[in-house]
Amino acid sequence: MAKAKALKVDMIACDGRGVCAELLPEWIALDDWGYPIIRAGAVPPELEDAARWAVSNCPALALRLVPVS
Amino acid sequence: MMMMDSPAAPGTAPPPGPPRLLADLPPSGTWRTLAQHRAVYPAPPAPGRRPRTDLIDLVDASGLRGRGGAGFPTGRKLRTVASGRRRPVVVANGTEGEPASGKDRLLLARLPHLVLDGALVAAAAVGADLVVVCVDRHTADAVAGLRRALAERAGELAGVEVRLGATPPRYVAGEESALVHWVNGGPAKPTAVPPRPFEKGVDGRPTLVQNVESLAHVAQIARWGAEWFRALGPADDPGTMLVSVTGAVGRPCVLETPVGTPVRSIVDAAGGTIGKAKAVLMGGFFGTWVPAADALAAPFSRAGLSPLGAAPGAGIMVVLPEEACGVAETARVLGWYAAESAGQCGPCVFGLGDLGEVYRQLAAGRATPADVARLERWAAQINGRGGCRHPDGAVRLLRSAVGVFGDDVARHAHGQPCPARAPVLRVPRSTDEWR
Repeated sequence: MAKAKALKVDMIACDGRGVCAELLPEWIALDDWGYPIIRAGAVPPELEDAARWAVSNCPALALRLVPVS
Repeated sequence: MMMMDSPAAPGTAPPPGPPRLLADLPPSGTWRTLAQHRAVYPAPPAPGRRPRTDLIDLVDASGLRGRGGAGFPTGRKLRTVASGRRRPVVVANGTEGEPASGKDRLLLARLPHLVLDGALVAAAAVGADLVVVCVDRHTADAVAGLRRALAERAGELAGVEVRLGATPPRYVAGEESALVHWVNGGPAKPTAVPPRPFEKGVDGRPTLVQNVESLAHVAQIARWGAEWFRALGPADDPGTMLVSVTGAVGRPCVLETPVGTPVRSIVDAAGGTIGKAKAVLMGGFFGTWVPAADALAAPFSRAGLSPLGAAPGAGIMVVLPEEACGVAETARVLGWYAAESAGQCGPCVFGLGDLGEVYRQLAAGRATPADVARLERWAAQINGRGGCRHPDGAVRLLRSAVGVFGDDVARHAHGQPCPARAPVLRVPRSTDEWR
């Protein structure tokens, strides 16, 4: 069985391009300055593909899927 | 409690304290030489390749908590660093970017050998062969004190290299990942964690980053024992601490008191408040505003201040007089936060600037109630969203100001500017140095 994963952003690397929020609006919102606010906890199974898509399309390589501890 | 109540001349009896660290403190402009220091403190053991678990156990038994602000148990940190696979490094953090603090500078300028002995005991404890003592390069007396002290020790050091790190004058330079980044040749800006410095720090090696006051306590614990250290202060947070007291007090100073001393006694020892006090900035710029009546009645310790939502931080209190405006003072500190951002994380770069701007407008009587409402929305969006805790400090200060200076906020929100008055907090000018 696949382990539950959460989305994490490295805020130092993030440029605020907003691609992630466009690809995964169900899970990622933008703050008033255009930087991602990501919901805490495991990404639900039906969003996992979109989450992986968002990770691979982040222009700053700032987004990661990490096992939920 | 005061640093001038000196006990007998240096000898072989432990200072009963307080003061302990500041017992027989050399007057301003002078310092304790190595010969004077060695009359009381024998040279620490030379660090070897293997950790000295006896020294780790000793520090553990003392119950010492870090004096840089976080209050983490020092013994536990030593044990973690010593358990890494590679040879550890010790970084003594004397950068003291907190504008209302003066204790680290005092120690480095006048009692540098106490700090260096502590750093070497820590190096022996974890088995480090490199110690880097970091100090803000604009703090001339501290830099000079360290240079002098290191030159005096040139013939004494064995098995360990001790370097001086003259760091850029930035607040976040003292954040441990930023400090390690700087020692490694980078800008003094925080890096993404994990890995944390205790896992992978200077040169990729496990790194103990410890405040210089904590290290001075380690030197005294190694000399006089854990039981002696624990004879003052609460059982869960023992010993004495240095406190920087400024603002509307008769005699702004650094003094030494047992952890948990009532705030009122500390303020009295600093000459008492000038006029009526309105609030106290507990823990400095990286702290919280507390109404004066609540603050003065509380014990100055983590446990004593926690019911007030405050903490001693690096041992700092600034007394704000009744006639001062909490909004104007907070606006100035928020401006400092924005200027001191490392410029790496969006919510910090843009959010802190916006918070500060609204607060400036508020102090000038030009903010609307909608602006005031937006402050909390922004605070919630900024909190916890930086690579380090810098933005969180601004949010904490802002939220405490809203609670404590409610009357000032309401007055300004209805278009009334501040009465013209000289500001109380001394806010340093930020530079653009990062290397």
